[in-house]
Amino acid sequence: MKKLLALILVFCLLFSFAACGAKKDKVIRLATTTSVNDSGLLPYLLPVFEKETGYKVEVASAGTGIAIGYAKSGDADLLLVHSKKQEEAFIEEGYSSTERLSFMYNYFVIVGPEADPAKVADAATAADAFKAIAESKAGFASRGDNSGTHNKETGIWDSVEIDPTGEDWYTSVGSGMGDTLTKANELGVYTLTDKATFLSMKANLPNLKLLKEEADDMKNTYSLLGVNPEAEAFKGTDVKINTEGANALIEWLQGEEAAKLIEEYGKEAYGEQLFYLLKK
Amino acid sequence: METLKEAFSLIVHLDSELIQIICTTLVMSFFSTSISALIGIPLGVSLGKHRFPGRGALLRVTNTLMGLPPVLAGLVVFILFRSIGPFGSFHLMFSVPVMVIAQVLLITPVVTGLSASASASTWVAMRETALGLRLSGLKQTSLLLRECRGPFLSVILMGFGRSIAEVGAVSLVGGNIQFKTRVMTTAILLEANKGDFSKALALGIILMLLALIVNIPAYTLQERWK
Repeated sequence: MKKLLALILVFCLLFSFAACGAKKDKVIRLATTTSVNDSGLLPYLLPVFEKETGYKVEVASAGTGIAIGYAKSGDADLLLVHSKKQEEAFIEEGYSSTERLSFMYNYFVIVGPEADPAKVADAATAADAFKAIAESKAGFASRGDNSGTHNKETGIWDSVEIDPTGEDWYTSVGSGMGDTLTKANELGVYTLTDKATFLSMKANLPNLKLLKEEADDMKNTYSLLGVNPEAEAFKGTDVKINTEGANALIEWLQGEEAAKLIEEYGKEAYGEQLFYLLKK
Repeated sequence: METLKEAFSLIVHLDSELIQIICTTLVMSFFSTSISALIGIPLGVSLGKHRFPGRGALLRVTNTLMGLPPVLAGLVVFILFRSIGPFGSFHLMFSVPVMVIAQVLLITPVVTGLSASASASTWVAMRETALGLRLSGLKQTSLLLRECRGPFLSVILMGFGRSIAEVGAVSLVGGNIQFKTRVMTTAILLEANKGDFSKALALGIILMLLALIVNIPAYTLQERWK
């Protein structure tokens, strides 16, 4: 018994050290949002990149807010996020080594209960839909986590001059997209989501229906930002940024091969394309 | 029923990713528990056996820290160890060692507090005898340690339980990175967030089986020591 336990432990130790064996300059730390990782896009793209270049990409996926927090802490080499305002602030503060490299987009969609009490399906734009939800007090679940999706949502509320904070039909979940969808499903309320995450979870969301998509004000643009090793906040600290690796990944993601893969993604599993390329 | 089937098939097929997750979990919990025990038990015994000024205050601080929320421990370690933080030069973010550090911060107070109360009550019972036999201080302590080994084992198991079950601290400093810092609890959270509840539950069942495997030999040992 003791021998067996010792053996398992030694095995585990060796295994964990082997995992640490990757060379530092071959590791790229990518901080990103849940929507491109949990929907399966990155797990589909990155192995191709890793095989071709020999880099190892470590993905920390969280909301855009915390992803940018990781980058500002010097713990990410590049960002793949979708929140224009936050990206522009990041650049303005001197954290970025590149401009805002927007390369793909998809659409946010509004999902909600099948009965559609606020008649969201008839609204022309997201702004109209939000107004209808507020007027009917039909219930809305918000990410509430300062993520790209949450910022998009607050932007729409601002555009119709409604402040839903504290209203009893408005639930601020404070969590990721998946968790928010699950809660909206349980509560039978509306929510704003990226389409890819919704489709990948649809089987577990029997009470939610896709009600509104592809309105002009629902475009969701994803951008790449390299982290600037010379940023003011990194002065005098021991921050190490793998700029070479980050640039290699940035270039590859904007290249032709990735473009083909991105356009194919989703067709097989969901019967439709989930991410579109921005024409340059 | 479906979930049980899924858990069973996960165990049978045991892919390399699941093996990695289980190993990372065990390695992390092993180190967090051992380091916490090495610090916490000696601290606890000296708090339990000796009377000195400031002892009451120390005990109160320890008892408060026993309730330290995991996310708070994670946040403190994150701020200290991020690359721009005071210990940034170690470059430990998103690694197993920094997860161990966060957990040691979390578990050491629990081990200290519980071993203090276990050794205090045992010491009250054996104090007269030990003094009557005119044992030296060192001998007293070694006798006390021997008498308390059963409770200490429970304390260590409890620390291990807290370590293996904890998610707030390890997800913040570990980042839940696939093939690197993903452990059972963060994997469960990820699957639950993706809405795949049966896979999440299946992983949970495997986690509980792991805990059972660790507890069985420990329980046998404890019975023998009674």
